[in-house]
Amino acid sequence: MATKMDSKIHHNKFDVDLVRLDFPILSEQVHGKPFIYFDSAASSQKPCSVIDAVSNVYRREYSNVHRGVHYMSQKATDAMEAARKKICNFINADNIREVIFVRGATEGINLVASSWGRSNLKAGDEIILSMMEHHSNIVPWQIIAEETGTLIKVVPIDDKGVFDMDAYLNMLSNRTKFVAITHVSNALGTVLPVSEIIGTAHEKGAKVLVDGCQAAPHLELDVRAMDADFYVFSGHKIYGPSGIGVLYGKEEILDSMPPYQGGGEMIDVVTFEKTTYADLPFKFEAGTPHISGAIGMGAAIDYINSVGLNNIAAHEMDLLSYGTEKLKGINRLQIIGEAPEKAAILSFNLDGVHPHDVGTIIDMEGIAVRTGHHCAQPVMERFNIAATIRASIGLYNRRDEIDALVAGLQRVRGIFG
Amino acid sequence: MSGSLKKLYQEVILDHSRHPRNFGTMAKPDKSASGNNPLCGDKVTVFLTIEGDNILDTSFDARGCAISIASASMMTEMVKGKSIEQAKTLYEKFTAIVTGQTGPSGELADLETLSGVKDFPTRIKCATLSWHAMSAALDNSDKEVKTE
Repeated sequence: MATKMDSKIHHNKFDVDLVRLDFPILSEQVHGKPFIYFDSAASSQKPCSVIDAVSNVYRREYSNVHRGVHYMSQKATDAMEAARKKICNFINADNIREVIFVRGATEGINLVASSWGRSNLKAGDEIILSMMEHHSNIVPWQIIAEETGTLIKVVPIDDKGVFDMDAYLNMLSNRTKFVAITHVSNALGTVLPVSEIIGTAHEKGAKVLVDGCQAAPHLELDVRAMDADFYVFSGHKIYGPSGIGVLYGKEEILDSMPPYQGGGEMIDVVTFEKTTYADLPFKFEAGTPHISGAIGMGAAIDYINSVGLNNIAAHEMDLLSYGTEKLKGINRLQIIGEAPEKAAILSFNLDGVHPHDVGTIIDMEGIAVRTGHHCAQPVMERFNIAATIRASIGLYNRRDEIDALVAGLQRVRGIFG
Repeated sequence: MSGSLKKLYQEVILDHSRHPRNFGTMAKPDKSASGNNPLCGDKVTVFLTIEGDNILDTSFDARGCAISIASASMMTEMVKGKSIEQAKTLYEKFTAIVTGQTGPSGELADLETLSGVKDFPTRIKCATLSWHAMSAALDNSDKEVKTE
């Protein structure tokens, strides 16, 4: 197995072959073929520096955090809080009180829907979502809408998968209390104009949550420039561990919200008569957190910064245009989602062949793609399809892997005609 | 192409998936039930005309992959004209074959071409979805069958 002795080597100039050496799993064989991974939008692979950071926590600096007076507890606490600071800088939040560790984006959205939603929404209010939302940015709002009598409105998309801004602007009204939108569509790759969506929502006094899961690994984030009230993303999609994610929220809004879960760590003083809550960010972090996950997520951000998000974006855009062109050369293949502003996600269908059959056949070539509805059934319904094949690109993919994908798809055509 | 893949997508399976037999809804079925694979969004509904203890006619309506369509198509051919008891036995035998619990014996004829699915664990439920739906219909279950 080709692993590098020093996993902390930084790349001055982007070299995909050097980057690949950072990811030990890429030297694995699948069905006797080199492993080709096109499923980073579901979960990305991990570089040695993240694997080492997580392992190092348990080897050298593990204890529970924020409560022990002993040396090791302080060390673990420092490491976890250093990770919080890295995340704060990564998204350009104002301060670390605005950076809440959660299990993942899903928990972040549920936290906001439950805590902010329950104390601010009432019958007759409206929530606006887009048709491109992942189920995790639909269902929590449906639950709270049903409870509060709030109405959910859905912004349509056009045939290319572009957010219908005119329809959105028409939907906005004084009844609009909340807008929850994705930054990048996981099923189509569409990049949404979040600044404009947020700005116009704010004019009506609505708050906005942005689901940044698919944006964080590809785009430079600045929550203050976009003026998001809430922004969520997951560690495992930015080359970090699973089970950890971040909810960013503006401090004054988070301050006004009631706790989401009760427990240890989130309290100030507990008596049976009255409990007071800890300050931000701990008010929303009940229970022992995912300590190694948080530290691993910090290491993932270090890794992304060392490669450079601009380098990553340029490399992925090259692969996206190369892949788009190559796929279009395949007989009776439809690309689903052709927005001009698009992240490195290729969703497509082969006419007459179900995506699952495609997935099984190219898996035998060592190629991992996602097939199915990608937890975005309303998108599938919009295009009148049950599923798509999705090849999502990460910083470690190469042009020759796209060639292998194309060869695999030709093989599918060979079987199915 | 690998041997296991060749077996999975052999001509008889591809033929049933391209030209499914007994495909379509039934106006007045005596029994029917639906199956749904929430992971992939695949759906199947199986319709049965029953007289006494016998299945006089059957059809299915589905949206799914080659394996699930071929399996449903062959199943309807196989159970048509059989007794309810025989259909239930076939259900058990077919499930045992595609999950690799027993080998093909020849008894299930063309359906045994689907035995290759046992080498693709993620695809077994594609092959069994319509069978679970038929079984639910025979048991008069009005609950949608789910693979998850």
